[in-house]
Amino acid sequence: MNLVHADPKTVLTGAHFMDGNHAACEGAIAAGANFAAGYPITPSTEIVERFAARAPLVGATFLQMEDELASSIAILGAAWGGAKSFTVTSGPGFSLMMEHIGFAAMTETPSVFVDVQRGGPSTGLPTLPAQADMMQARWGSHGDYEIIALSPSSPQECFDVMIDAFNFAERYRNPVFVMMDESVGHMTEKVVIPSADRVLLVPRRYTCLPPSEYLPFKPSPDGIPEMARMGQGYHFHVTGLTHDASGYPAINAQTQQELLSRLVGKIRNDADKIARAEERQIEDARIVLVAYGITARVALRAVQLAREERIPAGLLRPIVVWPFPEKRIRELAGQAKAFIVVEMNQGQIVHEVERGVAGRARTVLVPHAGGAVHRPEAILEVIREVAQWA
Amino acid sequence: MGMTTAVNPVEPLLRSERMPHLWCPGCGIGTTVNCFARALERSKLPLDKVAVVSGIGCTGRVAGYINLDSFHTTHGRAIPFATGLKLANPDLTVAVYSGDGDLISIGGNHFIHAARRNVDIKVICVNNFIYGMTGGQVAPTTPLGAVATTAPYGSFERPFNLPFLAESSGAVYVARWTAYHVQHIAHSMTEALRKKGFSFIEILAPCPTLYQRRNKLGDGLDTMRYYKERSVIKNGASTRDLDLDFQGEITVGKFVDVERPTLQETMDRLYRQRLEDRYFGWRQP
Amino acid sequence: MGTNATVAKPPKAAKFRGEVFINNDRCKGCGFCIEFCPPKVLVTSEKYNRHGYHPPALANETGCTGCDLCGLYCPDFAIYGIRVPIEGAVAQRA
Ligand SMILES: Cc1ncc(C[n+]2csc(CCOP(=O)(O)OP(=O)(O)O)c2C)c(N)n1
Ligand code: SF4
Ligand code: SF4
Ligand code: SF4
Ligand SMILES: [Mg+2]
Repeated sequence: MNLVHADPKTVLTGAHFMDGNHAACEGAIAAGANFAAGYPITPSTEIVERFAARAPLVGATFLQMEDELASSIAILGAAWGGAKSFTVTSGPGFSLMMEHIGFAAMTETPSVFVDVQRGGPSTGLPTLPAQADMMQARWGSHGDYEIIALSPSSPQECFDVMIDAFNFAERYRNPVFVMMDESVGHMTEKVVIPSADRVLLVPRRYTCLPPSEYLPFKPSPDGIPEMARMGQGYHFHVTGLTHDASGYPAINAQTQQELLSRLVGKIRNDADKIARAEERQIEDARIVLVAYGITARVALRAVQLAREERIPAGLLRPIVVWPFPEKRIRELAGQAKAFIVVEMNQGQIVHEVERGVAGRARTVLVPHAGGAVHRPEAILEVIREVAQWA
Repeated sequence: MGMTTAVNPVEPLLRSERMPHLWCPGCGIGTTVNCFARALERSKLPLDKVAVVSGIGCTGRVAGYINLDSFHTTHGRAIPFATGLKLANPDLTVAVYSGDGDLISIGGNHFIHAARRNVDIKVICVNNFIYGMTGGQVAPTTPLGAVATTAPYGSFERPFNLPFLAESSGAVYVARWTAYHVQHIAHSMTEALRKKGFSFIEILAPCPTLYQRRNKLGDGLDTMRYYKERSVIKNGASTRDLDLDFQGEITVGKFVDVERPTLQETMDRLYRQRLEDRYFGWRQP
Repeated sequence: MGTNATVAKPPKAAKFRGEVFINNDRCKGCGFCIEFCPPKVLVTSEKYNRHGYHPPALANETGCTGCDLCGLYCPDFAIYGIRVPIEGAVAQRA
């Protein structure tokens, strides 16, 4: 895959002191995002506020739409118009976007959705963190589809994963999610933005075929069709209905089967290539903590405390949460006696861990209802308890 | 019939391999497509730069039959999709072609906001007073007293007056015709395609299978005769006065044709004013 | 303020003759073309098309003016008219 450098005019190279929301915005701009649409919602709003200020300086467009239904499809229209586009929201707005996530998956529209998670359900805790939309990101729209979701643990990583998100969106022609949380979004730390030549981008996959030979949804050898440029005489058709390679509706079981297996397969078959995780003190770990986003930082502290007590604990921190790193969990289930899943919800990713472990080790959940991060001591307690029998 | 082979003027605009289309006998949607084809030709726009965006419904299928870059989006959301498309690719002429339920019920909020912003899109609404695709349910356009599957004793809601809604929201071009007024529709569509800004054309059209049948109004042809007999052309009429009653008189015409800077022009002007040299302009994809 | 919206102008009598083309199998028999043909040269034919509808037929070979109102009305894109210059010319494939 040929990569291109970011445009130096858009990259704010240098060391900054900024929060995760601002860093995520700069990540998007560095990734070449030139269109965003959004609707204000705490705790995500700073991302679009910054984008609104930066857009005219970097050749981009921002429009605050009338609601999240509008913003989540305006970015898809913009994507087909040739833009790299994204939208930003939090829980209630994320719920409203669901239909267009399915539409983006079905029409293979490169797009990035940022959810700065807050406590729910409903209006919940507008200003306080949670990680309770992880399953919604994966399954929230109706029908079968696959997505890619990343979860950053620091402002620096908010910048970094935005670039990954845009690259995945272009590479797989798929909706990609950046699942932040209020803590990471509002936490201020040092963020180093590299020079543009160190930001590598996946360009849009446009066809070289002439219109007469082009079929808009005919897969390339890797299963992903190439796009046609708008306004160049391809006269292509895009529909959310089940469609064949021509892009026209084909309402029958066979076309559905072929389309669905391709849509799902293009992500599932590449899960290992997409996977990205950080491992800390895993080599000899008998107890593996699994945590992502802000929670992983607290969990790491608990691992350090456990190590001080000579408990062989380690941390697996999926940065790509979806597709879930099931294979790595399976491997670790050979060495570990127990998995402790720490997440700011009532148990979501723990089910994925259990599936990977498949009964070969114990899986314990350390839940949190949201509103504040876990206390490392509370996690340590669980580690100690598990160490009794692990 | 002669021995010669000519080509139907609508044919180059059709995805011919997809004919016959799914619309019922006597459905008015196809008639409006003929007008659209003539308008595109008369507008002299480069066809490669014209995109059609539809929502969901019988009218929403127009995008799938028109041989241009075309998008069949989600129910109610054709306008915000078109807004993103147009902002990302300002060279395009973007036409939204959809039904009354799609544009005005589920999509009503997007409709008024796009008109308010004066997004440069052309919205063609085929108003058959009913939800066609789903089997004839009541719509926000169903005349008071008209029967629908979900209003079996007659609709008890006051319908929207679409030209009034469009004008008061900020549309710069507003017209209403019926499917009988084919030349006028073609003319209005040509004007709208050439005009900058949010343009709205409402076209009353028969849905013989659901609306006419349930209301015992005969078939498509009977409806076209009704349109012919009971329409009154009042160009420039106040849009306030355009309410429609069940089988009553229909005021048609071009009601609004004014100039107002588009969303993109206003954006551009303000950025230039505030940012001067720092304004980057738009990076064309 | 008139009530009749669509007025077909007759062709300049000497220079053009009309010619109408009917794609029988696309027709769904709605009757729009027959009703709104200004010189009323179309009738419902006796025959059935592939889908069981009666397509229109030209009743009066010389009466068609080529106004193409049938082409504007036909919801099924099954009929249209053209004007052919009378000096022996034939329509060109567009
Ligand atoms: C979110 C959503 N809700 C409901 C539907 C079902 N639906 C499909 S078309 C339609 C109404 C279409 O009515 P209209 O826009 O007037 O188009 P027509 O069929 O009359 O041309 C509805 C309710 C849907 N597709 N999506
Ligand atoms: S149901 Fe009504 S609107 Fe839909 S195709 Fe049939 S006649 Fe037309
Ligand atoms: S072109 Fe069609 S409508 Fe016009 S006169 Fe001929 S048959 Fe009649
Ligand atoms: S208007 Fe078209 S579909 Fe209707 S009768 Fe005439 S040819 Fe047939
Ligand atoms: Mg309708």
